[in-house]
Amino acid sequence: MNAIFKRPDSLKDTITHFCPGCTHGIAHRLIAETMDELGIADRTIGIPGVGCCVFLYNYFPIDVLEAPHGRAPACATGMKRAQPDKIIFAYQGDGDMAAIGTSEIIHAANRGENITVFFINNSVYGMTGGQMAPTTLLGQQTTTSPYGRDFKSEGYPIKMAEMLATLEGVAYSTRVALHSPKHVNQAKKAIRKAFEMQINEMGFSVVEMLSTCNTNWRVSPLEALKMLEREMIPYYPLGVFKERTGKDFL
Amino acid sequence: MTEKKLTKGNIALAEGAIQAGCRFYFGYPITPQNDIPEYLARNLPKHGGTFIPAESEIASINMVMGASASGKRAMTSSSGPGISLMQEGISYLAGSEMPAVIVNIMRCGPGLGGIAPTQGDYNQAVHGGGHGDYRNIVLAPGSVQEMFDLTIKAFELADRYRNPAMIIADAMIGQFQEPCRLTPERPVEFPEKSWALTGRRGRDPRLLKSLYLGDYEQEEHNLFLKQKYDEIQENEVMVEMQNLDDAELIIIAFGTPARVAKTAISLAREEGLRVGLIRPITLFPFPVNEIYEHSARAKNILVVEMNTGQMVRDVRIAAHKDAAIHFYGRPGGGFPFPDDVLGEIKKALGGGAR
Repeated sequence: MNAIFKRPDSLKDTITHFCPGCTHGIAHRLIAETMDELGIADRTIGIPGVGCCVFLYNYFPIDVLEAPHGRAPACATGMKRAQPDKIIFAYQGDGDMAAIGTSEIIHAANRGENITVFFINNSVYGMTGGQMAPTTLLGQQTTTSPYGRDFKSEGYPIKMAEMLATLEGVAYSTRVALHSPKHVNQAKKAIRKAFEMQINEMGFSVVEMLSTCNTNWRVSPLEALKMLEREMIPYYPLGVFKERTGKDFL
Repeated sequence: MTEKKLTKGNIALAEGAIQAGCRFYFGYPITPQNDIPEYLARNLPKHGGTFIPAESEIASINMVMGASASGKRAMTSSSGPGISLMQEGISYLAGSEMPAVIVNIMRCGPGLGGIAPTQGDYNQAVHGGGHGDYRNIVLAPGSVQEMFDLTIKAFELADRYRNPAMIIADAMIGQFQEPCRLTPERPVEFPEKSWALTGRRGRDPRLLKSLYLGDYEQEEHNLFLKQKYDEIQENEVMVEMQNLDDAELIIIAFGTPARVAKTAISLAREEGLRVGLIRPITLFPFPVNEIYEHSARAKNILVVEMNTGQMVRDVRIAAHKDAAIHFYGRPGGGFPFPDDVLGEIKKALGGGAR
């Protein structure tokens, strides 16, 4: 018998702590598959932010540094400068990157640090119980925007992939989604491209992944996938916002 | 080997870092420590090192963390408000057991404060500063030569104990010039780093973390760290002691006030007053045994600090119960001149309550 589908080598055989229906697991699998395909796991170091992503070391059989909340891009900067031959990725949620860590992500991107950042945008603070994040959609009810996010008081949802794409140091900035097989395949290609940017020393790469948090959205996993398609994508358009094709920046 | 060069304190410290094998510096400008990053920006590249002018002190300390996690010697320096911003990262370094050297050329505070010589950050450095139950190794240079030597020592201790080491100095020590030997006294130690994150090739994956959620895991971790701190207390105390054999009063001071105290002690001895000095060089570990033994006999202690009374509390804990403890403090850039200290010596010996 030929095995046509199996667990990637770069994903441990373990039960995750993620809620049933959560798309973090899909993102993890895609990163693991890509590390396998590129043969980089034994020289890759992962840096999770704080939140649901923090247990990254339980799932990837690679070296891991646990960063303070929002600071993963700064930690990754120090690490990549110290070990330019290693592949360094940060894995951040939206509270981590788009709120407390905006300074660190913008300046790491602007310096063109040759690192890769995976950004899980599920529009809420997941691990702490579904509070409003900078990425929460207008009108979206959360535990700290119980009447719905109102731009007059809380401002507008922040578009990280577009914002980062404006910085000269960025080699690759894209937004993908994890709610359907077609989109998952697109996300896989983006993850591969991001790692390849780093391998080819092109500069900073970021993949924003629209994700679901059915637990904190208070809906079923299936409904959450539909909500992502129906409510997130119109505000957060999918696509590539920056892609460097040569080392024209040198 | 013994050739000395007139050198500024901050420059001696920066050169000490290079000689200690530090090749990664990340920092943000703040007076009165700017000579350090400026020297390293010029000189680290000549040694194949990396200098990043970071976007903030928060980023600086986290870049230090990334380089340190890679097994490299890394440093940042700042002052007052900048050191406050680094406390989160310092706590993570301690919790995840990563070495790093953090330099604080102190500013007067609270708040933005002034830039005159001061020692207002003793408590922040010695008693935590960041969240959680941890200790920094804290070194307090009292001369330009010690700015050089103790920087090397700080890297060695940080690596040996996998713990952040902080150097705190007042702006006088940072800014003045003295003849200084700019080569290490002995070969610099470089311990193996079997914990460094270098990619798992040829070995099992490694992890540096400070989150412990399982039952009693955090308690176990904290008790493990406590054992380490006890070991540091046992083995690493550094202290200068002078004129203690016949002393009826001991001045306890670190940094610039200890230098002033030496002059005051000479003046006092000319007048027949038997005064000695204990100068803690390590503030953690604190020289508790030395203070206890000598205070049991001398019965009088005068603590001189450039603050409103921070180290004096640790002296109270360490001193013999029968010792009378006096305090003279000049906070916020005020300066304790030798005549002032002599006056305090006379007051203390004239009788005073604990």
